[in-house]
Amino acid sequence: MNRIALRMLVGDRAKYLAIIMGVAFASLLITQQASIFVGLMTRTFGFITDTSRPDVWVMDPKVQYVDDIKPVQDTMLYRVRGVAGVEWATPLYKGLLKARLSNGNFQTCIVVGLDDATLTGGPPVMLEGTLADLRRSEGVIVDEEGAKGRLARMPMDEQGRPIKGAKPIPIGIGDTLELNDRRAVVVGVCRVSRTFQSQPVIYTTYTRATQFAPRERKLLSFVTAGAAEGVSPRELCERIQSQTGLAAFTRDEFSWKTVLYFMKYTGIPINFGIAVALGFLVGTAIAGQTFYQFTLDNLRHFGTLKAMGAGNLRLLRMVLLQALVVGVVGYGLGVGAASMFGRLAGPTQLSFRLLWQTLAGTGAAVALICVIASLISVQRVMRLEPGVVFK
Amino acid sequence: MTEASSIAIECKGVVKHYGQGAARVTALRGVDLTVRKGELLMLVGPSGCGKTTLISVIAGVLDRNEGACTVFGEDFARMSARARTRWRGENVGFVFQAFNLIPTITAAENVAVPLMILGEGHGAAIRRAREVLEMVGLGDRWRALPAQLSGGQQQRVAIARSLIHGPRLIVCDEPTSALDHQTGHVIMRLLKNVALREDRALVIVTHDARIFGFADRIAEMDDGRIERIVTDPRELMAGTAPGR
Repeated sequence: MNRIALRMLVGDRAKYLAIIMGVAFASLLITQQASIFVGLMTRTFGFITDTSRPDVWVMDPKVQYVDDIKPVQDTMLYRVRGVAGVEWATPLYKGLLKARLSNGNFQTCIVVGLDDATLTGGPPVMLEGTLADLRRSEGVIVDEEGAKGRLARMPMDEQGRPIKGAKPIPIGIGDTLELNDRRAVVVGVCRVSRTFQSQPVIYTTYTRATQFAPRERKLLSFVTAGAAEGVSPRELCERIQSQTGLAAFTRDEFSWKTVLYFMKYTGIPINFGIAVALGFLVGTAIAGQTFYQFTLDNLRHFGTLKAMGAGNLRLLRMVLLQALVVGVVGYGLGVGAASMFGRLAGPTQLSFRLLWQTLAGTGAAVALICVIASLISVQRVMRLEPGVVFK
Repeated sequence: MTEASSIAIECKGVVKHYGQGAARVTALRGVDLTVRKGELLMLVGPSGCGKTTLISVIAGVLDRNEGACTVFGEDFARMSARARTRWRGENVGFVFQAFNLIPTITAAENVAVPLMILGEGHGAAIRRAREVLEMVGLGDRWRALPAQLSGGQQQRVAIARSLIHGPRLIVCDEPTSALDHQTGHVIMRLLKNVALREDRALVIVTHDARIFGFADRIAEMDDGRIERIVTDPRELMAGTAPGR
């Protein structure tokens, strides 16, 4: 009877496609919106991911997320180094500084200052130049997106006016910038995770970064540390916290802290949540209504089967099998389309990160849609009197 | 064969109401009817006289309100809903006016459905269905969808479906009313020759006077009662014409 149930389902192509499309649409919308949301959230802690070497991040206890810089005194670096179980500890500067471009415009950039000696925390991928080039006088490394985008120069005509419609020239090695009235020379181009606010990222040494930054008593944004062998990062965090009074988090903890901040204090989750909920509701409505109509259209046949000796349980199994097939096919098409969308959106600025958890969540939502659709439909079949066949 | 063992269906004082209170309609008002094994009985009468209700009660798809009715010794009122469904699946074959074939499956699959309901595997059921389709003259059309068959062919598929599981009772609701005269006769000959056996009973509801000649007996109903039972259709023709 399973085969009969499936033939009944796929036999009416138009209705079958309509049900599948309903489920696929819901699946696509849920997966796509959730993946964009995850992608956006991933950008919030992209800097932590890129700075992969440290086991532990140490900061002012009031820091709420990675961009919430509350500098501490430079001496804190030595206090952290003094904690038992710390293999190494380096200073890290992170701040927003205005860069003056060659055309006179200003652009706010994320400036990252790395430990002068070790250059720990450098960009994950160097495209031009090397990290060691930062040791050259006035040297900075800019990120690829910033170099091609906001830091790029507009071609000028002979009178020094920008040529309309001309393609911007990416900033490259040898070009100069001004950071807080100080000259900086580009010595390399790197690739980093896209930042949440899409600002250019400029890497330099810690000492140079603190010279670029406005003078303040406290300039040390983070201390990054490595755990000695046999000491777990979590255990090291607890030791640092208890001995220095600073906050210390493992990489994952700091990433989550950042994500949770954005979840709690921005409208992003609500906006995406609404889109996901809409996808679910629209999908349920379309799939449920079409599936119900499909069942109604087949009510006479279900009645005939009932008269011929098919019990409620068997008919229930038939309807559930039909719902299962619709769910699996619709889910496959939906997440397939969402994956395709993600692949096409990859080179663009759109954030898209498809996790297995998103696939599982979408699967659960689609299963719920199918359960709701089949429950609505199956009630009519259950209540059907076999005598209907003679009417 | 004793008198009792030769009886397929025995109904006494069967009453059936639809609705409740002021909206209650009585469709059967104490029907007494006996159908013998090996007999083809036709139920005739005007629309709304209770013919369809009576075969629904006899086939076990509708509960009666009063009276007694046994089909091959079984009383549906004493069975659980599940047991009745099972019994119906094993012992009753149905032929409908509108054929009631599932449009998206082949003729053989339609015919095989009763066997599949009884738990037969798809392959074995299809093989048996092809044999039965051969019996009704459609051996070469087993792969056709209902829409690819003529009305007469579809009714032959429906008859094959009603026979495949070897039921003891076959109930037919207006089996020829959607067919032309010649096709109607072909269908009736098929029912009479292929479906009817010594241990089986056929009850046919019809308005179609052209097929009365195929009946062993004809029960004329009016207003929820059996008015008379005749063996010769000419007796009916001489009186009030059924289906008036």
